[in-house]
Amino acid sequence: MSAPDPLIVAEAWAREGRGVALATVVETWGSAPRPAGSALAIDQDGRFEGSVSGGCVEGAVVAEAAEVIASGRPRMLEFGVADEAAWRVGLSCGGRIRVFVEKVG
Amino acid sequence: MELALLGELNAARAARRPATVVTRLDDGAQRLVLDPAGDPLETEIAAARRAGRSRAAGEWFLAVYEPSPRLVVVGAVHIAQTLAPMATAVGLAVTVVDPRTAFAAPERFPGVALRAEWPDMALPALGLDPYTAVAAVTHDPKIDDPALVAALRAGCFYVGALGSRKTHAARRERLRAAGVADAALDRIRSPIGLAIGAAGPEEIAVATLAEIVMALRAPERTP
Repeated sequence: MSAPDPLIVAEAWAREGRGVALATVVETWGSAPRPAGSALAIDQDGRFEGSVSGGCVEGAVVAEAAEVIASGRPRMLEFGVADEAAWRVGLSCGGRIRVFVEKVG
Repeated sequence: MELALLGELNAARAARRPATVVTRLDDGAQRLVLDPAGDPLETEIAAARRAGRSRAAGEWFLAVYEPSPRLVVVGAVHIAQTLAPMATAVGLAVTVVDPRTAFAAPERFPGVALRAEWPDMALPALGLDPYTAVAAVTHDPKIDDPALVAALRAGCFYVGALGSRKTHAARRERLRAAGVADAALDRIRSPIGLAIGAAGPEEIAVATLAEIVMALRAPERTP
């Protein structure tokens, strides 16, 4: 069976009245683990469904999503080996990705 | 993303209708494009959809949601035994249809969706659409012909039929007599598969799958 679809999960969560953000890979360089368009749904309590990197940076995206849900303002995140944060939450594959995080609703 | 837009997007995906979400990345301004004709980004959206890939276009991000491609193989024959697992491996959702239960036997098609029914029964239930390919490979006009007519009527992105040029000429005559227009008949790929000199059912399956991928990704190259 396939994993739950993050866009359907995001809609369902939002209809329940929860604060929800959607993170989408919008650009990749090098050997990024997930292609552009890959999405992650995050709710106000840090629950998430989907993936933007196959596990490397989801934790950081979830943390940023809390801010986006609170402020309502979208944010662009960038992850990669060239990034200082890479040593903490970087992509072991050597690629770089940009992730757009927006509030749903 | 507005909840209403997300709801509309999910409804389109559930109905197997293509959709594109266009987002301006500096401020998050967004629109849902169901019909790109006349959209300022029409060319870019068409290219992204063709490739089946979401991508940036200048200050915009195009998230494309194409219905997942499917393949219906009519004929649970030797070619189908190779074609079904190979097509599954490249991402097509495969169903094999054959009313002859001796052919459409689960032990001959492990892990493949099988329907031991006539095409007239099975195909309406499957809901053919422009994101479905149909390969008719039974060599039996009673089974192949109705499947081909249904596939052409549904606008399937690929319609292929096994048979020599001579067999296909006879098939064209039968289908024309049944009221199928010449323009529709021209869409049938027969002899089936790219001309790679395929010898034997397994290699015909390879040629057929390559032809299906070309019809999906580079239809302009189809002769």
